[in-house]
Amino acid sequence: MKIENIKIPGKLSRTEEDLRQSFLKQLETVPNSEKIKSCIQCGTCTGSCPVSYAMDISPRELIALFRAGDMETLLNSKAIWVCASCYSCQTRCPSLIKVTDIIYALKRLAMEKGIYPPKFPVHSLSETFVSVMNRFGRLHEPLLMVEFLMKTNPTKLFGLMPLSLRMAKRRRIAYIPSRIKDLQGLKKIIKKAELMDAPHVAEEAQYLKGAIGYGAVSKETVLESKK
Amino acid sequence: MDYTYYPGCSLESAHSSYSDSVKSVFKYLGSNLIELEDWNCCGATAYMSVKETMSFAISARNLALAEKHDRDVVAPCSACFTILSKTNRYLKELPEFHEKVNECLKEGGLTYNLTVKVRHPLEVLINDIGLETIKAKVKHPLDGLKIANYYGCQIVRPEKGFDDRENPMTMDNLFEVLGATNVYYPFKVKCCGGMLMTTYEDVALKLSKEIIASAVENGADCIVTTCPLCQMNLEGYQGLINKKYNTNYNMPILFFTQVLGLAFGLNEKELGIDKNLTESIKFNGSLINR
Repeated sequence: MKIENIKIPGKLSRTEEDLRQSFLKQLETVPNSEKIKSCIQCGTCTGSCPVSYAMDISPRELIALFRAGDMETLLNSKAIWVCASCYSCQTRCPSLIKVTDIIYALKRLAMEKGIYPPKFPVHSLSETFVSVMNRFGRLHEPLLMVEFLMKTNPTKLFGLMPLSLRMAKRRRIAYIPSRIKDLQGLKKIIKKAELMDAPHVAEEAQYLKGAIGYGAVSKETVLESKK
Repeated sequence: MDYTYYPGCSLESAHSSYSDSVKSVFKYLGSNLIELEDWNCCGATAYMSVKETMSFAISARNLALAEKHDRDVVAPCSACFTILSKTNRYLKELPEFHEKVNECLKEGGLTYNLTVKVRHPLEVLINDIGLETIKAKVKHPLDGLKIANYYGCQIVRPEKGFDDRENPMTMDNLFEVLGATNVYYPFKVKCCGGMLMTTYEDVALKLSKEIIASAVENGADCIVTTCPLCQMNLEGYQGLINKKYNTNYNMPILFFTQVLGLAFGLNEKELGIDKNLTESIKFNGSLINR
């Protein structure tokens, strides 16, 4: 069954419906993602989740909210950023729902919309990771940590000094980033892939300008609502 | 037998001890690990949450490079192993997506025809080399060593891998053959917090603490793992855990290949044990100090 044909319970506002469509597009690249419609709300996911105690919305509620059509609450939740991606929920779900992959799709959508919970730097870590990796083709961990903490929490750099020194003493820190030979080739691949990922973005841009649709959850309106 | 070796970024720096020990153990057993030329970062979980096609395309570049040789890929890092396997399976299951990713690869002068097999060294040891052969090569049996086998998340989930997702036994079976005692360890597949250690430390410290506490409670001499990130969280952050929870843990966290190498009589340098942060490990009833 195609994802577009999933029956949507209840009538949705234009904003929510658009959000759902965009979300379902994100899900297209997850095999068997249409199983999301067969959730029986048993709560196995929440019970299996090692971090659900720290979430504002539990994994079970995430699925329920999606089915009820409340994408805005989902995208603004802290829960999607707390997920440690351990896949316990996904392997135990009796309805075979790809819970973790769905949370990834929600993260991607939230990042596209520029919605992040305050002081919760998962997206910064991802972005720094990508930026370091794009420069060298490989990840240089010390550089990742320094750049990430400079952006988010510079004082923690001092907190990590003792550990860094111990690691340096044991020859566990590579000072010079290793770089791949065909960085140009990799960059070409990334550039092309970026174009492939672009359609979502282009599609949404027109809504961002208007007062309806995505405008309702754009970065500006979110910031305004928090004032 | 020869394998294509995919070390991954972490094994180049902070966890070169893992790489050292994997290479030494394979060499000792007569298998060659030939490093994949010009491999790039697999993307790990961080990349997955940014852009979808891109994350699969960069991961697939490695598979395309590996396809030039008629060898299986061995990836010791749990994250690399999962991401490369996941990419492989998604490209097989979604032909349209495979086409899309191949279009990207073409820009870099590559194509991927889905023929590569991605494998974890633990599974290779058990299935290709075999417990009998391994047993025959033991020089110092692990008699008396009490091990908490910690598999972590990524090699048993989410892919239907080589072992059970709830109660994996490959490592237990391996160390049993070597003479060690596997302690009861209900935390063997629990999450250590992963990257949350950098973004949400409170939660990750709690998860890691529980993993160490359970091993202590069950009388383990060491925790043995397959994952670099787990090793870092449990070993590197043990001091912070002690500080936060007012505990006094001094639990050695070893890679499974390091323990295996000790049984083969390989020295600490070959196994990268001199790079571990904990001060001593118990072996054959005596302490190895560095």
